[in-house]
Amino acid sequence: MGTAEPRKLNTIDLRVPTTAARAGVVACHHCGLLSRFRVGPRLLCPRCGGALHLRKPNSEARTWALVIAAILFYIPANVYPVTHTTYLGSTQSDTILSGVYYFITTGSWYIALIIFVASIVVPALKIVALVFLLVSVRRHSTWRPEERTRLYHITEVIGRWSMVDVYVVTVMVALLRLGALANIDAGVGIVFFGAVVVTTMFAANSFDPRLIWDAMEISA
Amino acid sequence: MSPDAYLACHHCDLLQRRPSLPPNGVAVCARCGAFLCRDRRNSLDRTLALAVSGIIFFIIANSYPFLSLNIEGQTQETRLTSGIFVFFQEGMPWMGILVLVTGIVFPLLELLGLIYVLLPLKVGRISWKTAAVFRLIRSLQPWGMTEVFLLGILVSIVKLASMATIIPGIALYAFLVLIFMVAATTASLNPELIWERLNPEN
Ligand SMILES: [Zn+2]
Ligand SMILES: [Zn+2]
Repeated sequence: MGTAEPRKLNTIDLRVPTTAARAGVVACHHCGLLSRFRVGPRLLCPRCGGALHLRKPNSEARTWALVIAAILFYIPANVYPVTHTTYLGSTQSDTILSGVYYFITTGSWYIALIIFVASIVVPALKIVALVFLLVSVRRHSTWRPEERTRLYHITEVIGRWSMVDVYVVTVMVALLRLGALANIDAGVGIVFFGAVVVTTMFAANSFDPRLIWDAMEISA
Repeated sequence: MSPDAYLACHHCDLLQRRPSLPPNGVAVCARCGAFLCRDRRNSLDRTLALAVSGIIFFIIANSYPFLSLNIEGQTQETRLTSGIFVFFQEGMPWMGILVLVTGIVFPLLELLGLIYVLLPLKVGRISWKTAAVFRLIRSLQPWGMTEVFLLGILVSIVKLASMATIIPGIALYAFLVLIFMVAATTASLNPELIWERLNPEN
């Protein structure tokens, strides 16, 4: 373990555009400070104490592992019920999709749209986007790096909104606890769904978008 | 305490000279177009004020009834944390932890951590482990989801309105204000201003 010296960067010549890594400089992922990179023991940022890496360590392998876990959780999350509702003596179990259908039939189509997009579309698109980015990076693709960077950024930012169904179930199980009259219990599907949201968020976080641009340098 | 002369894009690693920005201006990366840096001078006092008021509304939101439900004359009153306890009782501790952490603990830590960092800076001091505390709250930030929690609450109210009468409590209104405070705190904070004060030379 060691502390990297802050690099005096007044000497860097930027007439030819270069990356920090190629200039022998590492940017702190936490605070942005630029430090001189050296091979050897673990480097710590001299300003914030965070670990310094030229690229996120094992980014591809970790992202793949988390994406695969998310795919495996996505199936039971959509197959198993997320709520069991008892109302005036009769019990009904709902999956995420049947919950969406319920909102459509009761006329709340905008609520149906929110749940459908946040719970079904967004996690699926996140998984597809990350797989696409991983494959493109592995193949050293030079295709539209700006658009792929933007795709990554969107993936990173929208993930949190998928949590909305978790909170819906939280509020409903708290409010409807009146036994045979009206009661809602959480179904096991919501546990898998929570796991989908968490694993896709971690997956987006472990992907390093700079890998997209490293391929541009190899080909340049 | 002068800003770093150079910075590297977080998304593509391109080294670039820090642009001089007009007030409230935003710079994007010359190569990939990602957000690079923004100008926001003197944002620290405002951030501190917002964080302190956020804590006050946080306490109100956790001390009063949140939502009540009335169905056929029977009433069920809940607090902000009631659903979390139900998850624990029903044998789903991970769900309880997930909601507790994302809906309550991390937003609270973010506000408390900011006060811990900003209050001493106001009088020109640096509190113990400031850099580590600030780094921690920055990395927790994506996991604080009060605004998503609010959307979930609104959806549940619409869903239950067809079978019961829902009565909002004081805590719900406090929670609304809290979400606004958390969002405004995050938006008003320019983390670079804090990092500059922690430069190793100083
Ligand atoms: Zn740092
Ligand atoms: Zn860039």
